[in-house]
Order: sequence, then C-alpha cells, then structure tokens
Amino acid sequence: MRFFARLSTAASFRLSALAIVAVVGLAPLSHTAAAQVFEPDSFTLDNGLQVVVVTNSRTPIVTHMLWYKVGAADEPPGKSGIAHFLEHLMFKGTETLEPGEFSDIIARNGGRENAFTSMDYTAYFQTVAKDRLELMMRHEADRMHNLVLTDPVVLPERDVVLEERRSRTDNEPSSQLWEMIRASLYLQHPYGTPVIGWEHEIAALTSSDALDFYAHWYAPNNAVLVISGDVSVQEVRPMVERTYGQVPRKDVPERVRLAEPQQWAGRRVEMTSARAGQPSLSISYLAPSYRTAAAAGMPERPYALQVLSEILGGNTGRLYRALVIEQGLAAGAGNSYDATSFDTTSYTFWASPRPDVEVEAVEAALRAEIAAFLEAGVEAAEVEEAKARLTAEAIYARDNVSAPARIIGAALATGSSLEDLEDWPNRIAAVTPEEVMQAARALIDPARAVTGVLRTEPTT
Amino acid sequence: MRPLRPFAFAAALLLSALAPLAAGAVEPQRVVSPGGIEAWLIEDRSNPIIALDVGFRGGAVTDSADKAGRARMAAALLDEGAGDLDSQTFQKELADLSIRLGFDAGRDTFTGSLTTLTRNRDRAFELLRLALTEPRFDAEPVERIRQQLVVRAKRDAVDPDSVAWSTLTAALYPDHPYGRRTDGTPESLAAIERADLEAFVAERLARDNLYIGVAGDISAAELGPLLDAVFGALPAESAPIAAGATEPAADGGTIVVDKEVPQSVVALGHGGIARDHPDYYTAYAVNYILGGGGFASRLYTEVREARGLAYSVYSYLNPLDLSSLVLGGVATANARVGESLELIRQEWARMAAEGPSAEELADAKTYLTGSFPLRLNSTGALSRILVGMQMENLGLDYLERRNDYIEAITLKDARRVAAALYHPEALTAVVVGRPDGIEATRAAPGGS
Repeated sequence: MRFFARLSTAASFRLSALAIVAVVGLAPLSHTAAAQVFEPDSFTLDNGLQVVVVTNSRTPIVTHMLWYKVGAADEPPGKSGIAHFLEHLMFKGTETLEPGEFSDIIARNGGRENAFTSMDYTAYFQTVAKDRLELMMRHEADRMHNLVLTDPVVLPERDVVLEERRSRTDNEPSSQLWEMIRASLYLQHPYGTPVIGWEHEIAALTSSDALDFYAHWYAPNNAVLVISGDVSVQEVRPMVERTYGQVPRKDVPERVRLAEPQQWAGRRVEMTSARAGQPSLSISYLAPSYRTAAAAGMPERPYALQVLSEILGGNTGRLYRALVIEQGLAAGAGNSYDATSFDTTSYTFWASPRPDVEVEAVEAALRAEIAAFLEAGVEAAEVEEAKARLTAEAIYARDNVSAPARIIGAALATGSSLEDLEDWPNRIAAVTPEEVMQAARALIDPARAVTGVLRTEPTT
Repeated sequence: MRPLRPFAFAAALLLSALAPLAAGAVEPQRVVSPGGIEAWLIEDRSNPIIALDVGFRGGAVTDSADKAGRARMAAALLDEGAGDLDSQTFQKELADLSIRLGFDAGRDTFTGSLTTLTRNRDRAFELLRLALTEPRFDAEPVERIRQQLVVRAKRDAVDPDSVAWSTLTAALYPDHPYGRRTDGTPESLAAIERADLEAFVAERLARDNLYIGVAGDISAAELGPLLDAVFGALPAESAPIAAGATEPAADGGTIVVDKEVPQSVVALGHGGIARDHPDYYTAYAVNYILGGGGFASRLYTEVREARGLAYSVYSYLNPLDLSSLVLGGVATANARVGESLELIRQEWARMAAEGPSAEELADAKTYLTGSFPLRLNSTGALSRILVGMQMENLGLDYLERRNDYIEAITLKDARRVAAALYHPEALTAVVVGRPDGIEATRAAPGGS
C-alpha cells in the first residue's frame, strides 16, 4: 500500500526477508493500495497483547500474523543482524517442539508461512484454512516464550544468514551501494546499519546473543497480533485467550535510539563495478515519518509528502515525463517515500540513464526538474488528481486476504494507531497545494541528502 | 521474492504448480457472448472490483533469433498508446481512473491483465479493446521501451542469476527458440521495427487463440455484451506457430562461467514431464518432496538446514508447450559451492533410486490438497487461474477435481515416476562465479 509502500516487497521466500528495497531500479516503484476502511475490530488481553481482526469472507482462509515491536534498529552496538538472525532461529524449536517441527505441522496442514525483519519490527505469519487457526495460535504463542536454542542448530543457520547476505548484497552492486548510502544518510542513528547486519558482526553472533535479544524484547505486551480473513472477532477472542492468554507479561525496555545530530553538509557516495551492467543514480533526503511528524507538531506533513510522491512519480508523473519521455535521457525515473517508520525516514529520487547517456547528464536533469518544481509550484489540478488516485487505491487494499494484516501490523509497530489508518483517505483528501509545496521545500535540503552514483566503468 | 528462473511463467504455466481448491468456495461458469466469444467467470461481489485476464498462445517462441525480444517489446507497448490516445493520454487515463492494465509475453503465451473498480468498468474495457485491437506503436514509445529493454538486457548480461539461467537454457536448447532469452539482446532489440511489432499483434491476437478469465463484481449477463465489444474486432484466425516440439539436450556435464563474485550461482536441469501427461500430478508431488516446497524438502533439509550451505535451494517442474524440464538451483559461497552441487546430485540420484517414503508422500498430499485455496487470495488471482485452466485444457470443474488427482497418487506410482523423472547423469549444471573444486567438463554455449 502507498501508506506502507515497502511492505509488499518485504515478504519473501523461505523463512525471512529483510525490509530492504533496492531503490535504484528500472521499473517505476509500485504502489500497493492505500489504507482505508479495513473496519478492524480490536481488543487487548490482560497480558498486554493487542489483537486486531479484519474479516474477509471470500474464501475460508485466514492470515495469522504476529508482530513484535522490535527490529534491527533496536540491536545492541556490535551485534548488528541479531534481530534478523533471531527471526531465523525462531523456527528452531521450543521446549515441546523439535527444530523445524512447527514448519512441518504447518505444511502438513496445507499452510504457508514466512517471516520478515525490518528496522522497526519482526513479523511471523501463516496463511491456513480457517479451521487450523487455533493450531497456529498455539504454536506461535509457544515460541513467544519457550524458544530453545543449541549451537548444533544455531551455527549452521548463521551460515545460512551469511549466504543470504551474499545473495542479497555482496553479489548485487546496487545493494552494496545502497548499504553505503544508508550508512551515509544516518550519521549516528541505527537506520544506517543494514537490517541483515555487517558481515563480520553476523559471523560473530552466538546462541546467547540471540537468547538475550529474545529475552529482552519478545513478550505479549510488546506484540501485535493481526488476523485477516474468514473469521470474526467473536470467533477469534476465545482462541486468543486460550493460547496467547497463557503467555506472561514481562518488562520490556523503551525503544530509545541514538538521535541524529544536525547534519551540516550533503554527502556523495560513488561506486564503480564491472558487475553493475548499467549505471544508476539516486538522491536521498531525510524525511519525517508519521510518528516523527506528529511529535514535531506537523502531523499533516507525511500525507503531503505522499501526494508529492504521487505527483512526481509513476509513468505519468513529472519525473518520468521530463527525464524519460521529453528529454529522452533516462530509461527510468521516479521517487520513493515510506512514512511507516518509527524514526526519521527517507525520501529518494532515482533515475537510470539510457544507454550511451552519461549519468551526470541524468543527474543534472533530475536536479533541474526538482528545482523547477520548487520554483514554479504545483498546479491545483495535479494535486486533486494525485489525491483521487491515492484514495481509490484504498479499495484495492482490502481485496487481498493478507494485505490488511501487513498494513495494520506495520502501522501499529511503528507508532501509528488504527484510527490513523482508518482516517488515511480523509487525511490525504485534506492535503492542500500549499502543504505539498511546504513539504517539498522542507524536504529538499542539500545538507540532509546523500547522492548515490553507480558506475559501470572505472573513473579516472 | 522468488529465485530467478529461466522461463518467465505465463499464467497458464503457473497453474501447473497449483494444488486444489476447497470444494464449493467459488463457482466458475462458462459465459458465451451473443457474438460467440467465450469467457470463464467467477462472480464474486465481495469487493467493487473486476479483474479480467486474457491469454493467447504463442509468445517469445515465435520470435526469430535476430529479433529476439519482439514479443516482450510488443507486450510493453500495447498500453503505450492506442486508437486516438497517444501514450501519455492513455497512461494518464489509466492512472486517473485507477485502472491497472498490463501485458506480458512468456515463452509460450502472450497475456494481458486488467483490474478495475466497478464504477470505471465500461471505460476500462474500452481501453483494453483499444490496446488489443488498435495499438499505435508510435515512434517515441517504441524507442523508449526499446531503450528500457536494452538497459535491462545489459544488467542481466552481468547478473550472476540471469547469466546462470540464460546459459543453462542455451545449453539445453541449442537449436530451438526456447534456448534464447525472451527479453532479447541489445543487438536483437535494435533490429526490431514497428512492422515486426504489428506483425506479432496481427498473427497472435486472434479469436481462435483467445482465452478469457473474469472474476469479481460482474454477472454473466453483464459480461456477455462486453466480451463482444472488447474482443469482437480481433481477427478470426491466428498464424500457426512455426517452432516444433523438441527434447532438451541430455549431454549433462558442468559449465563454469567465470565471474568475480563472492557467491557462486548454480542452475541445473534436464528433460521433464508434460503438463498433460497422466503422471504429471504424481511427478509434481514427487518434486515437492525433493525440492519443490516449503521447509521440509530434501534439498532444503540437506543443503540449508543441516549444513548451512545456502539461503535458497530448490527444484521445480517446468512443462512448456513444446518441451518440458526439471530444473533446480542454489547459491553458495565460492569455497563451498562444490559441496552444494554434489549434495544436489546425490539427492537427485537418491530420489531416482528410492523414490519418496510413505510418510513423505502422505505429508506432500496433505500439503498439496490443503494449500490450494490459499492461492485464491484476490480477485486477480481468480481471473488468472481461469485463463490457465482453459489454456491447459483442465476443464470447468478442475477446481473441484484437482484434489482427487493428488489423493489418487500411490506410493508405487510415486516411486515409478521418480525413477523415470530424475536422471542425475543427464543433469547439465551451470556455475557462475569463482567456484573452488568444480571442474568444468564443457564450454559454455556460444563461447560466452
């Protein structure tokens, strides 16, 4: 969904994915649809577990999704990757289940499962026939407090994670560069450290590191359970009480991350790789999230930035039109912004040159287009059209059985509320052209920016 | 995120990987328009959304070698201007009405997919009609899309996954269009002219070659006249597909493509089983056990879980219209990739020799029968499946019968089919990277 644009790409195959998206790409970034009117039901157990139910009765299936409000940005210094490593290790058994046994049970019951880790949250989910829901709850609740880890299962899994890092990052020049861009964009905040972790730190992670992190953060009062599909809250509640209700509350630390200092100067990160195939360019700016904007007294700002992103992005947006169609310099161009973040997020413009066009020419054209937009301002009609497109997508958001669980979980794990979600179309509709321009001008601050350039040939 | 695979699956082929549907959940019906155009429909009023998918036989397999990429390029251009609407006008109308329209070409099929809110139904169908019957192929979008495809081809040419799969494909089909990249090369893309794109549309997009699936907020009575309006102007007959049935090369052996990457990417495969073969479902279940699904497959257990050799390891059946394959893949650090490849070959041989155990087969059956309804998770998923059912000749009641095919698999059959399906000595493996301890036994095709 637009509100949480990265989420749809976060889930991946085989136990675990990272909420990392390569921003520099050819295709326009896809927008999943918007939050609106999920009409969720919600209640909270005595042990603090928040439960949300969204009913969709087309087929007799449910998605059962448990979100912990802890992610890579909550890791202790020197232990990067532990949140994601623990996510892998959550499949390694409990006091009553062998390693992998929960997965075997899910498969035998015709279910599908996965998990993913982002900077701010870690989520586990299964999609099953509705009559298997309580079975999923029983085992998910079990591993919330009964995880057992031993070196014979932990150490091979650490090698799996190192291979995952090689596949995602070390073998992919654009991902390597993106890692450096993030590290440069955040001087001190842990968002500058990759979710999967630095290789040398992953290689040193231990069973006790994982168990320590688990003991710190995994608790019903630090989790959100979202169930989406062919069930009602009346059916769900007794099941939740029988299963999750048995897990004791415990003290969980506040999420306090190092804050960014004032940034005085922009940065430029360049990489040359014979494996890149084609050059590309990105310009990333620090940008407010829903939570940080509200805390700063400008809660409307993220909505204005989404409208801005809609105006500039896509196949009919200003960037594609100017750079790709009219000037013929770029093969692709667009922008990306995701406000669903606990702390300050980022807004990225990107472009990839056509063959035989210098990346500098595309960079100049991209900067000129942004400058011209700031200078001339937005047209009222553009804003109205963008808002109409965004809010129409809310209808699509409910159509997929699993999508509501993903959208709701990510929002609640990053400091938004169900009311924020349900009100999303109204807040988008309320955005004015003036707010769009205020948001754009505040965003384009060269001191809070990182330019990333991927080159194919050695530079001299 | 799935591992990259050599053949972009069209909807029809994807279906072959699907398991059965819970009976009675959705009811496909056959709709025939006043003008005689047939569509399969699942009416579902739960959301104000309509999805229509369309498939035509003949995709990249109809491209000539010197113009490889033609089908893909045509697909990318159908929504870039049609009728009186130039590219930007067409795209803007799609965007402003929140209509999702796109086309794609696989090896065997050309597909289109439309999703619209009910309130924009008539205009959405009209835009689909224009795209299918009056594409403009104006100079600007043709050149723009060509450049985008060239950029992609250049990236793929150095990407280890893409190199592994395109090399394997070329080795398995040295003399058949299946051996070529569906996306083409910078050179072949440069050779494609507007007339080639027009010829593709004229030859492939015809009523005798048309399969339509519709789902969502529309009734049979409403759909019928719309079918005539959208598809009635298509020509009656498509051109024959020149490429013939073929067997993949069974030479086996190992090809190493040197690339300076920390992790080697492996693609391997040999001949498989046709989608309409009576043993297809048995083979599908057997492959699920070897490397097809979930966290319990033999490859997953041996390569990933026990030894930590890979994040992703898998095998799958790839039945094509004119041939069929069993394929597999893994990615492992250069120092240990030899171990991964050896384990895969061993498991391939063990499955051929022993077949699955009774417990493995029982677990596979409960998974395959239980998981199919999970596929029916959106309006668009329903319409895609309906097209696949038609193109694979599975019958209107397929969703009801699919469970029975799986349930009927016996252990004896599974072992017989495993022995016939897997041939470790015929496996051609491509390793892209700097692998330790793997000796190339043959050169890469085309000397690349």
